[in-house]
Amino acid sequence: MTVEVSTSTDTTEPTLKARVDRSAYLAGLLKLRPELPEELAELQGVRDRALAIAQELAIPTTRDEEWRFTDLSSLVHIGFALPDRASISFAQIESFILPEAVNSRLVFVDGTYAPDLSATDDLPEGVLVTNLSVAVQFLPSLHNYLAKQQGAEEVFTALNTASLIDGAIVHVPKNQHVETPIQILFVSTAGVATIAHPRCLVIAESGSSLTLVEEFVSIADGGYFTNAVTEIAIAENAQVNHTRVQRESETAFHIGKTAVSQARDSRYSCSAISLGAKIARHNLEVYQTGEQTQTTLNGLTMINGEQVGDTHSKIAFTKPYGTSDQVQKCIVGDRAHAIFNGKVSVPQAAQLTNAAQLSRNLLLSPRARIDTKPQLEITADNVKCAHGATVSQLEDDEVFYLQSRGLNPEEARKLLTYAFAIEIINHIPVASLKANLTTIIRTQQL
Amino acid sequence: MINENSEVILSVKDLTADVGDTQILKGLNLEIKAGEIHAIMGPNGSGKSTFSKLLAGHPAYTVTGGEVTFRGQNLLEMAPDDRAKSGVFLAFQYPLEIPGVSNLDFLRVSYNAKRKQEGLEELDSFDFDELVRTRLDLLKMDAAFLSRSVNEGFSGGEKKRNEILQMALLEPKLGILDEIDSGLDIDALKVVANGVNQLRTSDNAILMITHYQRLLDYIVPDFVHVMEGGRILTTGGKELAFELEARGYEWVREEEAAEVAR
Repeated sequence: MTVEVSTSTDTTEPTLKARVDRSAYLAGLLKLRPELPEELAELQGVRDRALAIAQELAIPTTRDEEWRFTDLSSLVHIGFALPDRASISFAQIESFILPEAVNSRLVFVDGTYAPDLSATDDLPEGVLVTNLSVAVQFLPSLHNYLAKQQGAEEVFTALNTASLIDGAIVHVPKNQHVETPIQILFVSTAGVATIAHPRCLVIAESGSSLTLVEEFVSIADGGYFTNAVTEIAIAENAQVNHTRVQRESETAFHIGKTAVSQARDSRYSCSAISLGAKIARHNLEVYQTGEQTQTTLNGLTMINGEQVGDTHSKIAFTKPYGTSDQVQKCIVGDRAHAIFNGKVSVPQAAQLTNAAQLSRNLLLSPRARIDTKPQLEITADNVKCAHGATVSQLEDDEVFYLQSRGLNPEEARKLLTYAFAIEIINHIPVASLKANLTTIIRTQQL
Repeated sequence: MINENSEVILSVKDLTADVGDTQILKGLNLEIKAGEIHAIMGPNGSGKSTFSKLLAGHPAYTVTGGEVTFRGQNLLEMAPDDRAKSGVFLAFQYPLEIPGVSNLDFLRVSYNAKRKQEGLEELDSFDFDELVRTRLDLLKMDAAFLSRSVNEGFSGGEKKRNEILQMALLEPKLGILDEIDSGLDIDALKVVANGVNQLRTSDNAILMITHYQRLLDYIVPDFVHVMEGGRILTTGGKELAFELEARGYEWVREEEAAEVAR
């Protein structure tokens, strides 16, 4: 796999054939950086440091091991611009608002906070759910967390940080339990060839708990690029239940990073659902920094047409008694291509780790493709690490059983596909979102 | 319940069929009328199960000759789902597990597919729930069955009861029971048999496939057919089953050989 020249057959973009200097291209994206607003002047250093990192890098090619299966050739031929400031009405996004989070939601339009569309009245006192410019005034500890997660030197993360102008900030103080789910909605107004850098920082202080729903949606189709970064810092004995739903336009690019750090005795659970985008990449990285830390990752990628859906996860243990339980499912139709790379790192110090990883894949068409790779790096000797991967098709016998009960072949395949997916959806703790996604999956055209 | 003037439900003439390159059915003849219960017995590999799956339209079998008529229609031209909606029901020897789909949802989707075919309005969850509960009693099934995933983690007996529950809802004209008794203890067998007996009417018919005479004590057949080598060798009443139990299949084979010699 050393092919750099795009092999895409998309004839609507003839320029795809040309080679592009990928560091010059990145430099072009960095030049596009919007001005840092005056009230965020104290974050100049954060941006500059990221800029310095990014300036040494390039947009990866398929020769980079981490990007072996996800070819960004179609991205680097697009001359992106910043979006115009779009003003959208509540009616345009109403269907995305979770009833459970109607007064605990932040809405960002093309990466910028939309106060008129947000509402945070339902939150307990002391809980901060706001945007970056407000947070810098009220949350001095912000500087200890923003852009401080491991993995900040990764190219798209550095690009996001270097372009920082806004972001969603969630801070839950010590021992505070937030019952209401907090929804962060990132809406793209789908301008053709625009780029946005949504940003989110969640801080759960010790003994606290919260439920977070992040959604990436669009209100129209377009070839835009979302380059998102979310950092989640979970202190001792705190708990974060996170649902991430990526439903971008199927002509868009989505590259997202979720970087989580977990202190001792903390619990992090993530349901990552990836349905949209032409090319989607999610880097989900969890760093356990203390003993007896629990990580649960459930992922579902369901793609069709010529979509590419790539999940690269990493769970890094560092201390004893950590556990992780991961299930990644991919359902791939037509000529779509799903990729899963699941790294689990268990160094010598992380004795008595118990890690389980399962990658289950369903191919719905002979031209669909799956690349799945568990990547276990274990040096500790007293640990339990299990992993497994299956790739299957719908069996004739299964379809026949349903047909013999009166379902036509298409209904039969839909029901079986739904059955494959629903295990992941069932982990989502917000009823309306669960119901929504269930409907989407149940009625998906195969 | 033999009545000469009843409607012919199923008529099979000189049926031959292959799986892959192997011929499994070699000229099978059978006629089933409304109200009748037929049992096909025979040793392993005689083609019994192939025949039952072929009737339901399993894609693994290729019909190479003969005809199958179901209530005047050419059954072989119909897709498996159309057969089901027209009133052919196969209770599977090994019912499939479908983790993730609740039994209730599965039953409703299946029931509504048939309603739609009949030009009736689909039942909503509420009405369907009421209907299904009346059928549960028939199989002595607990309502908890409904919320479990289809057949997932069911015992052998529970799976078979679930098949008959589906049959009770779909009310087929022809119920084909493929080894509905295998692997069941006597209590489970009685429950399943009792359910089947209560679904009997003068309008429908049942075709049982079994290894064991024991089943026929509980679902009493009008006709017993002995199948071997892809054909029906001999046909008799329920007393034939006792004879088979006592004398084995060898005896039938010898009779057949003598018949051919004459």
